Amino acid sequence: MDNVGITASFWVLAVVCVASALAVVFLRDIFRAALFLVLCFFTVAGVFVILSADFLAVAQVLIYVGAIAVLIIFALMLTRGTQQGSPSGRFRFTAFLVGAVFLVTMILVVTGTDWQAITETPTGSTTSALAHALFSEEEGFILPFEIAAALLLAAVIGAIVLIREK
Amino acid sequence: MTVGLEHFLILSAILFSIGLYGALAKRNAVVILMCIEIMLNAVNIAMVAFSRYSHIITGQVFAIFIMVVAAAEVAVGLAIIITIYRSRETVDAEKIDLMKW
Repeated sequence: MDNVGITASFWVLAVVCVASALAVVFLRDIFRAALFLVLCFFTVAGVFVILSADFLAVAQVLIYVGAIAVLIIFALMLTRGTQQGSPSGRFRFTAFLVGAVFLVTMILVVTGTDWQAITETPTGSTTSALAHALFSEEEGFILPFEIAAALLLAAVIGAIVLIREK
Repeated sequence: MTVGLEHFLILSAILFSIGLYGALAKRNAVVILMCIEIMLNAVNIAMVAFSRYSHIITGQVFAIFIMVVAAAEVAVGLAIIITIYRSRETVDAEKIDLMKW
């Protein structure tokens, strides 16, 4: 992957992604934080495009930007009574310590490992390859797929039951 | 400087740490859910990066399952938060302590 365009777009996407994630955590206004979360989801979709995962990039935009972000913004609107923004709790320093230790550990591990990476770009669309991996008879993921469908149904029914007025 | 597997993994680790800090430090329950979504996205980036740099598509299959679980989790989580908000008039995670001993 020695393409200058891909390198440049990776750095732009990475910087915007990290900055919008920081904005989600540190902004006082929770509605603006939700909008920056949408921006973060979009940049992650862009990262998927750089990684030549076209199906997942589209699914990311559809599921995260189209469904999850809208749900979160709806929930913010419905719980607007508390106007104090999003303050940090008592465990702020412990949380910062945990996050920093995790980050340093991960960076040390990632830079210290000799990855056997295949650098040439995979060609062609991933959609049919994903379908084969999901639904092939011998080593597919048909049972997990059915369980995921049951999980989604249970989540939808559970959400409706929880939210219903008594 | 070419972009390699390490770059994507470090981006994923940075995103995960930001989400971890937010999920542990924030008091608004909806913001905690948003931070959990950031963490799940970070894991997805790592999965897809490993899949692309090993040419094994299973990582992307796992990313699809992570998306399914994230959608289910956010639906049920927000329903619980709104139910608690109806009965207790707050989404502050430090005041929702009715199941602490």
